[in-house]
Amino acid sequence: MSAPPVRPRRRGLGIRQREALWGFVFVAPWLVGFLAFTVGPMLFSLYASFTNYDITSRADWVGLRNYQTLVGEDPRFWKSLGNTAYYTVFSVPLGIAVGLLIASLLNQDVPGQRVFRTVFFLPKILTGVAVLLLWLWVFNPEVGLVNNGLRAVGVPENSLPLWFQDPAWSKPALVIMSMWSAAGGFLFYLAALRGVPKDLYESAQLDGANSWRQFLTITIPMISPVIFFKVITGLTAALQYWEGALVVSEGGKGGPVDSTLFYGLYMWETAFTEFRMGKASAMAWVLLVITLVITAVQLQLSKRWVYYEGETK
Amino acid sequence: MSLSRPTPTVKPSGLPVGSTATSRALLLLWRVLALALLVGISLLILYPALWMLSTALKSDAQVFTYPPVWIPSPPQWHNFVDAWYGAPFTRYTINTTLYALVVTAATVLANSFVAYGFAKLRFPGRDVMFAVMLASMMIPGMVTMIPQYILFSKLGWVGTYLPLVVPSFFASAFFTFMLRQYFLTVPNELSEAARVDGASELWIWWRVVMPLATPALATVAIFTFDGTWNSYVGPLLYLNDEKLYTLQVGLQFFRNGSQTQWQHLMAASLLVMLPVVAIFFAFQKYFVEGASLSGSVKG
Repeated sequence: MSAPPVRPRRRGLGIRQREALWGFVFVAPWLVGFLAFTVGPMLFSLYASFTNYDITSRADWVGLRNYQTLVGEDPRFWKSLGNTAYYTVFSVPLGIAVGLLIASLLNQDVPGQRVFRTVFFLPKILTGVAVLLLWLWVFNPEVGLVNNGLRAVGVPENSLPLWFQDPAWSKPALVIMSMWSAAGGFLFYLAALRGVPKDLYESAQLDGANSWRQFLTITIPMISPVIFFKVITGLTAALQYWEGALVVSEGGKGGPVDSTLFYGLYMWETAFTEFRMGKASAMAWVLLVITLVITAVQLQLSKRWVYYEGETK
Repeated sequence: MSLSRPTPTVKPSGLPVGSTATSRALLLLWRVLALALLVGISLLILYPALWMLSTALKSDAQVFTYPPVWIPSPPQWHNFVDAWYGAPFTRYTINTTLYALVVTAATVLANSFVAYGFAKLRFPGRDVMFAVMLASMMIPGMVTMIPQYILFSKLGWVGTYLPLVVPSFFASAFFTFMLRQYFLTVPNELSEAARVDGASELWIWWRVVMPLATPALATVAIFTFDGTWNSYVGPLLYLNDEKLYTLQVGLQFFRNGSQTQWQHLMAASLLVMLPVVAIFFAFQKYFVEGASLSGSVKG
């Protein structure tokens, strides 16, 4: 942790104590909020995960039963985990690829940078129900934009995907949606691309390395910290993805045939439709552990491919 | 350098000065290609939005015609009016605006207050607390959602705006971190000088540091307003009286109620998005700034 620059003047003890006192006053809102809305609730939820708590009646200790039920007797738990894994595996790399592609193209000194930046950033601010309804309309099997496009290029009527009405196509539709939103990620990569020293490319040219090789051997390693950062944050976000399914699936139930029953949606259902708070709390902790394990693995793997020049960023 | 190869894809400005006409032509070709690709991707991004506008202006019959009509004639502007009065959207707008304004004001105040403490004051345990705060960003929101709901239901707050608004009066890790980084760039000489003149820390925070941090504060305000305006799950969870609904929740109920008429649904959705889009175009530079500022912490 970097401390602020040391002040030149030495001060008396009284003044320093006064400063410390003020310091606590200033960070108090965070500390109180953190204890009241994060630490406290988390500890309670850990306790609740070992009970059959349902808000209205008294909680009875059930030991590991919630966890055992989830792992051993609940196929929907595994189904939801699988759906989330599917979404994560496709949306994270594709999202990074989209952002990186746009950034690389913008880095070619093409005209109209301002306009392009505006357009590509727009999806980032468009979230919420309104946009999800738009996507529902875009993927409408009969007259939606996507199927109209497929018709126009000659896809026969009977092989057009039914998207959100077909268990095989509902998740791909959500992944396509996520790629649309991921365009805004170009900003990070562009900043990183601009920071790559030019002389590296010049010497590679002299060695006769072609463009693609230069991209793989110079660009990617030089911006790898940014990519790594996006991998970590993207994974965390994708593992928690579910809110979209609440709007696009019929009745918000994760259909068709549980194909959009993401982990979070199942947790939401367990907690706020069935009010099985004990089981839902157990699910929350399973998710926390999964997130931490995946992050730890990524941190380990990053040692092999992330290149930090000089000091860490 | 071999001329048969395409010119380097990256940083054309860094090309050797003595390039021949051929390599200049290749470079030009490459840029044209990049431009064409960018235009293509832009269209893919804009298409859904244009489709939305087009649908909102269609008549009931035109919505389902194939090949699709892109420019409905005559445009059915009354769809917007019909959609607006199809549900209590005026009330939802008032609710949402108040909700977003209160949360935004509280977030800016609380986060800058805490950030001042972390950036400008020395006290025991500061760096440990700061590290804990950073680490807390890794906790999935879903883990705290359930116990928070239990807490707020025990407090009798479910059905009111309190669970949605009160937490914003306590600083959040992300924006506090962002503002702290910005406050560090404000020279300490200024606060020192004020302190020598007998100014209190509160005065220095409010009158010295805050005015110098306007761009960062604007970024926090805009992101918070945007996020609150678009938030859906929180309001859905805590508000159960239709009079209290926000636009996002109201829109979802508007959709579920009665037969879905796409032209009305798209018209209503457009109106709901409008303020956010307007803010985006008015304060674009703060969005971009915020995105790059947050680049060091969060995507």
